[in-house]
Amino acid sequence: MSETQAKRLGLSRKQMAWRAAQDLQDGAVVNLGIGMPELVASYVPDGRELLYHSENGLLGFGPPPPAGQEDPELINAGKKPVTLLPGASFFHHADSFAMIRGGHIDVCILGAMQVAANGDIANWSTGAADAVPAVGGAMDLVAGARAIWVLSEHTTRDGAPKLVEQCSYPLTGQGVVRRIYSNLGLIEVSETGFRLLEIAPGISVEELRALTGAPLEVPDSLPQIDAPEL
Amino acid sequence: MINKIRRSIPEAVEDIKDGATLLIGGFGEAGSPIELIHAVIDQGARELTVVNNNAGNGQVGLAALIAAGRVRKVICSYPRSSHSRVFTELYRAGKIELELVPQGTLAERIRAGGAGIPAFYTPTSVGTPLAEGKEEREFDGRRYVLERGLRADFALVKAERADRFGNLAYNKVARNFGPIMCMAAETAIVQVRRLVEPGEIDPEQVVTPGVFVKRLVEVPEPLVESELVAQGASYP
Repeated sequence: MSETQAKRLGLSRKQMAWRAAQDLQDGAVVNLGIGMPELVASYVPDGRELLYHSENGLLGFGPPPPAGQEDPELINAGKKPVTLLPGASFFHHADSFAMIRGGHIDVCILGAMQVAANGDIANWSTGAADAVPAVGGAMDLVAGARAIWVLSEHTTRDGAPKLVEQCSYPLTGQGVVRRIYSNLGLIEVSETGFRLLEIAPGISVEELRALTGAPLEVPDSLPQIDAPEL
Repeated sequence: MINKIRRSIPEAVEDIKDGATLLIGGFGEAGSPIELIHAVIDQGARELTVVNNNAGNGQVGLAALIAAGRVRKVICSYPRSSHSRVFTELYRAGKIELELVPQGTLAERIRAGGAGIPAFYTPTSVGTPLAEGKEEREFDGRRYVLERGLRADFALVKAERADRFGNLAYNKVARNFGPIMCMAAETAIVQVRRLVEPGEIDPEQVVTPGVFVKRLVEVPEPLVESELVAQGASYP
């Protein structure tokens, strides 16, 4: 068991980020969650101009500065140093969340602990009694961004499905997730539940179904994700 | 003559009383009014309710105020930090109260409080544990929860430049909660890196109009929280 777990199935984390990046359209205003979603910005195809939003009051930021040029008052929501691109703007926190809640953010890509077949998402708390609860802006983002895409491993470290019939963890939002980019495939959350749009190389539909905790609709014609080596 | 400038940091915070509610600016270290917070520690007020996005880093600034046992309750969205155990330990020991609020709801509660709006409906948190016990209403086929505006006795805020009228300009993302916290406090106390003559801040560039600010104190070279945390510094 430990040997099979050690061998990674499907896409690498960078390839997962690459796949999501291909679907970001030119001109989109995008909020990338802390962690793996931040990798997405590195793989957006040349020629597409995106505006990145950060909850702490910044639109239009760029990659991290070279070492030694960090500015403690120019950081993103993950509290990491960033740079400014031409066209950037600063604004206060209420305006920043007005952008989110008011539907001015086109896409938010974030991680998840669980996603349910009806689009519910849990990504802020396990509900454990001794945990200090912390939510940040996750509930605002899932309630307000026009499209919520989840970028996540298909299963937990222990191999339990993250795509489930019903979330067992406390919810972040109800019926909000549109797409899931996992290491095993690209899954759409449709009116009727999970629907596989693309599959990662090296895995069969049967294997993918076994690692998914809810029914998975599979179309007759199923493209394979053709990610570069990353 | 209108002059909101105070001669010293201690003078700016001297009337903060036990049991007061403080809005404290900053997101992480950006915009954290660290000198004002340290002055509150020196000043001795207890049983404070503190509103901030986080619960402090290391053992300086807000974390030091909490560690000194001065804070009864924290209202925040994300009381976790990779550099601080102060809040976590007190919380687990049942020695500090937490009101967890989604970040955007927190910002809007403060904005509403400052704008004279007692409550508002938001889609954020509908169907989650953070909506439990809150009034819910449907508008145009979508569910919303009722949230209360938030006001406070004092705000402690950091800005880049100010004139004696209290007009403020900020530096980059250090702006964060500053403008709305100044609006929502009876007494907004602002530490600024540089005091300038009236008119030097172009009226088009004023971010917080002076009407929202009661007191100013100049702190030309504020401490940098991340440097203090890296050094393992603590206050006092």
